[in-house]
Amino acid sequence: MFKYMNPKRFYHAVGRKKFWEFILLAVFIIFFYGPLLNMLLLAFSNSYEYPHVFAQAWGTKWWAYVFQQKSLVSSIAQSFIIAIATTAISMLFCIPAAYSIARFKYPGRKGFMLSFLLTNAFPKLGIYTSIAVLFYKYGLMGTYAGVIIIHMINSMMFMVWLPASAFRSVHRQQEEAARDVGAGPVRTFFKVTFPMALPGIAVATLYTFLGSMEEAQGTMLVGLGKIQTMPVAMYGIVLDSSAVQIGAVFAILLIIPSAVMIFAMRRYIGPEAISGGFKMK
Amino acid sequence: MNVPERKVKLKIADMAKKYPNGDGVEHINLDIYEGEIVTLLGPSGCGKTTILRAIGGFHDITDGDILIDGKSIAGLPPEKRPTAMVFQSYNLWPHMTIYENLSYGLKLRKIPKAQIDEDIKKILQLVSMPGCEKKYPNQLSGGQQQRIAIARSLLLKPELLLLDEPFSALDAKIRQQMREELKKIQSDLGITVVFVTHDQEEAMALSHRIVVMNKGVVAQVGTPTEIYDHPADRYVASFIGEMNFIDIDDQTIAVRPENLSLDPEAKGDLKATVRTIMVLGHYVQVTVQHGDTVLKSFVDREVSDRLSVGDEVSLEIGTHHVFAKE
Ligand SMILES: Nc1ncnc2c1ncn2[C@@H]1O[C@H](COP(=O)(O)OP(=O)(O)OP(=O)(O)O)[C@@H](O)[C@H]1O
Ligand SMILES: [Mg+2]
Repeated sequence: MFKYMNPKRFYHAVGRKKFWEFILLAVFIIFFYGPLLNMLLLAFSNSYEYPHVFAQAWGTKWWAYVFQQKSLVSSIAQSFIIAIATTAISMLFCIPAAYSIARFKYPGRKGFMLSFLLTNAFPKLGIYTSIAVLFYKYGLMGTYAGVIIIHMINSMMFMVWLPASAFRSVHRQQEEAARDVGAGPVRTFFKVTFPMALPGIAVATLYTFLGSMEEAQGTMLVGLGKIQTMPVAMYGIVLDSSAVQIGAVFAILLIIPSAVMIFAMRRYIGPEAISGGFKMK
Repeated sequence: MNVPERKVKLKIADMAKKYPNGDGVEHINLDIYEGEIVTLLGPSGCGKTTILRAIGGFHDITDGDILIDGKSIAGLPPEKRPTAMVFQSYNLWPHMTIYENLSYGLKLRKIPKAQIDEDIKKILQLVSMPGCEKKYPNQLSGGQQQRIAIARSLLLKPELLLLDEPFSALDAKIRQQMREELKKIQSDLGITVVFVTHDQEEAMALSHRIVVMNKGVVAQVGTPTEIYDHPADRYVASFIGEMNFIDIDDQTIAVRPENLSLDPEAKGDLKATVRTIMVLGHYVQVTVQHGDTVLKSFVDREVSDRLSVGDEVSLEIGTHHVFAKE
């Protein structure tokens, strides 16, 4: 049995191409899941010292610690409030913008689309600093509104481009057929256009939500430390705490919503959904 | 055919639809009678879809008027028009089941559910697709999807059914079958249909009357036999069926292959040389060179047996049309 584990045998059994693919995959898995696994181990170790691989004592001590800290629990709540608000408000603004880009031809349409790219093309810190100058003027520093605006700027590109391409993949005839059987323009949008573009919109929404959950830089800068989302709180803890386990617990807390949402939306996620929702053969 | 008491269902009065780039249609005048299938026929880009979409309400017209039962519908949006349209493709909503696709329009009309269920059952029977209510459109073939689209339109009992090349995406055999089914459904229900196609065979097979279009204007309106036997001009003659054009002096003689006979003895004045001989079943297609034009003739086996490639023959022109030389 064991002799078949010999790499040379393996190489010849599966062929050269497969062999290297396998090696590449193995390396990728180690790189990608290694830290995750390590984090999982850390989060459930009551005591751990550096050179060892495994913990000296297992347990949920640090979970209890984290949930006893009032500021930490409130940061979880703040994160969710901000992420939900960011998602809802950007949907409100970006979906109509996406629809207009997809359906109407007007001068400046291309420029309008590219303007969303700009927010993601420049170094973030530069944008944040210049925004901070504006925010001071309007009293938005250290407010929820300010932080939400920062988060929206980050997600705008996805929130416009993905739904726009999803809307574009809805054939005009499908909308016209709805008008033809007696639906007005608004009803047509909600009964045909929107549901057909939903996969693309769902992916964009997910991006926005998760992006907002993990945003730290802009939140710290504009939130002035008053708005403590999970990533912001985590910076603090990791920087001034001696226990690495707290960081691990937090990281897992941050992953949970992403994992749950990706699982819930798995049907819609994938290259196909991103490029354009439901298609007819 | 056009007995005076027949009721005009659709009247298009000097209608024009111009796109910003200058393309489009103009001076369209058309009366379509109740219970008639009328086909708009013409090459790609001649404006058939433009006219149909104008009737359905998907284009604002630039000039003239469109009336159904004597009332203008030109100002109404599609949802307020008593028309129903079937497009070339992408008619169905892929996120809804066939039942939901079919029932949507009826629900908007506040028809009770029991009635809807019964209507849907009946209509699926009519388009020979019973029992597919729970399927999704992508589980159906292209032809089946088009049947559902037609069924959906019929369910709404439109005053006028508009079909824009509904079968053009289907393969030849299914097309023919769908054509026959449509014709049967139409005569069973007595519904008025405007059908668009660029396939003259389809138009001939399906229509009571054909409207031949040329570059945004109407070239001729008539029954299939009228148009085949008496083409109004050279364009119609060349578009419908096969036609040979022979220039003699300052005239053009148009003669169909079945009316052009060949004399193997070459006794006549119009001489030609045999180019190809092709047996097509009970008749034979022979092409001959006359001057610098190639002409086509359908002849019997007994004539073709006496011909071989390169022979000199003379042409005998039977039933024909004379047009001014272009
Ligand atoms: N939305 C539009 N904007 C500008 N020009 C258009 C538009 N739609 C059609 N046209 C032009 O108007 C003319 C008629 O188009 P139409 O679609 O009615 O042709 P058609 O007879 O239906 O052709 P086909 O058999 O290819 O469908 C064409 O020259 C076309 O390029
Ligand atoms: Mg067309």
